Amino acid sequence: MTDLAPVSPFDASPSAVGRIARRAPIDWTGIAFLVGLAAVILLPLVVTAVWAFAEVWRFPAIVPQRMGLGYWQETLSRTDVWQALWLSLRITTTVTVISAAICFPAAYAFARLDFPGRNMLFLAFLSVQAFPKFGLIIATATIFLTLNLIGTFWGVVLIQLVGTLLYMIWIPVSAFQGVDRRLEEAARDVGASPMRVFWSITLPQAAPTLFAAILITFVNTFYETDAAWLIGLPNVRTMPMVMIAFINNALEVQYGAVLFVFLWVPSFLLMLAARRVMGADAFAKGLGG
Amino acid sequence: MAQVRLTGIAKAFGKVTALDAMDLMIDDGELVCLLGPSGSGKSTLLRLIGGFETPSEGTIAIDGVDVTHLPPERRPTAMVFQSHALWSHMTVHGNIAFGLKLRRLPRAEIRERVEKVLDLVGLAGYSARLPSQLSGGQQQRVALARSLVIEPKILLLDEPFASLDQHLRERLRDEVRDIQQRLGITAVFVTHGQDEALAISDRIVVLADGRMQQVGRPGEIYAEPKTAFVAGFIGAMNMLDGTLADGEIAAGGLRLAAEGSGAARLAIRPEDIALSEPEEGRTVTVRRMIDFGSHVVIDSTLVDGTHLRIQTDKTIRVEAGERVGIRVERWTVFAEGEAPRRYSSDTVRPFREARYA
Repeated sequence: MTDLAPVSPFDASPSAVGRIARRAPIDWTGIAFLVGLAAVILLPLVVTAVWAFAEVWRFPAIVPQRMGLGYWQETLSRTDVWQALWLSLRITTTVTVISAAICFPAAYAFARLDFPGRNMLFLAFLSVQAFPKFGLIIATATIFLTLNLIGTFWGVVLIQLVGTLLYMIWIPVSAFQGVDRRLEEAARDVGASPMRVFWSITLPQAAPTLFAAILITFVNTFYETDAAWLIGLPNVRTMPMVMIAFINNALEVQYGAVLFVFLWVPSFLLMLAARRVMGADAFAKGLGG
Repeated sequence: MAQVRLTGIAKAFGKVTALDAMDLMIDDGELVCLLGPSGSGKSTLLRLIGGFETPSEGTIAIDGVDVTHLPPERRPTAMVFQSHALWSHMTVHGNIAFGLKLRRLPRAEIRERVEKVLDLVGLAGYSARLPSQLSGGQQQRVALARSLVIEPKILLLDEPFASLDQHLRERLRDEVRDIQQRLGITAVFVTHGQDEALAISDRIVVLADGRMQQVGRPGEIYAEPKTAFVAGFIGAMNMLDGTLADGEIAAGGLRLAAEGSGAARLAIRPEDIALSEPEEGRTVTVRRMIDFGSHVVIDSTLVDGTHLRIQTDKTIRVEAGERVGIRVERWTVFAEGEAPRRYSSDTVRPFREARYA
């Protein structure tokens, strides 16, 4: 993920660059990869984004025959969309906060302490991801049925917590391991207690990476569908559920496309803001670059 | 201000013994260098004094107070780390002020003391910078300021300049020595560079394999090494394996007066060999001449092929392959289980009682 960071091609002063600048040979392989990637990633995004504003778009036209905001009006005037959005934000925030409260101390323990069964426990945390997720959810659902958690807010929160373990343990463990012990020793040396060292040195040093983990968790949880569907419905309708319903029930593609753009823009802005606040380097590092 | 007393200090990591039965007294205002190759236990000893490790045996006392089991934050010590260990999320001011904030000093006093210490290390006006905006030398100065500002009784320096280039290293170590003397602070300095140790110490502790080899003033350690290790480690030295018999030591075709019998090691400083006209048993073949400008070093071989380094006057010129005569003026013989015997000039008797400054 290092490529997220803008790396200057020459590590030299501008004048030196000017003197030694040579015309770079054309990298055809690189260009081919770029075009391929653009076709696979960008094209569907662009097409969907165009669909959101298309009122009539029939084959074989390359651009829509008629564009407008009609579907936007229709979609955004529905109360269930706003309810779902509000509910999704609440669930996602709750899941992220609880996950951080559980996982960050655990990650610190995994990174810094050597206790019996450490490796087994670490694997156990991560092995949740090794099982087929759907099977796991169904098994959980049967348990939740007897506990009356099906179709409840906390039922969805609980099942989604499981899905966050991987990122919220794995990334923070490497974040805490990445903090130089000498920085902590230097703080002890000038008089800080172990607790103070954690708050004033270790946590701020690990913060960019921890923030990246939180961001990934937030976005992943927000768009999570399987668990929300099996555990949440019919009472708890999260945003992706509404989106799926729109796409399944209506023949018009536009409803889904509108929601897609509606949801994609904020998360993209969030990513950009994160990059700006933390600096591209720290952010790329936080994402494992 | 402060003295450190180490009594019977030993430290083992698992089955590996890092330090073994060590007694050391560091006097008030003294700068002591812990000198040794990597793995000699010098850093471990420093970390024991700083409280980052607990000794397996023995006690550490600072000003008569037993601190053996106190954590670093409760010891009157401050450490400058090799990697400078600055907190990259804080400014220079933040780094230096951290220790003072923990002591709950008033804001105005913190500001004043930070300014003062920055001035002391020659970084006045840098307080708003981030560590990443400073050069390596400046970062190390900030680390030094961070340690000095809390006015520790003992300043500990763990190879603080190892990552800097030589010129900067020499300048900074002189500055550290100046500051240390001006403040009259007791300091322990770990280094693997003998130049550094010789240049700034009041006393040097030479360590090897977790044992103290010798403690002494720089000149004394250079002139009167107590073990063959110290002789070979401090300064340039020709170390030859030889045999003692009939009042002589024979090594590499050289025969020099020496008492005792059996196997022994002959140590000769390059500058204790003078060139002369060829004479029997005292000739070498020049392999290479290295001109250092201020002096000349001749890399030569004895008759049996043993290498011998000779340091001589800068005006001397010899050719590779040339045979030249040598006169050994001082030499030391290390025999197993005995105190080293020192001799001067080819014919003179030992001068064991001689003392160097």
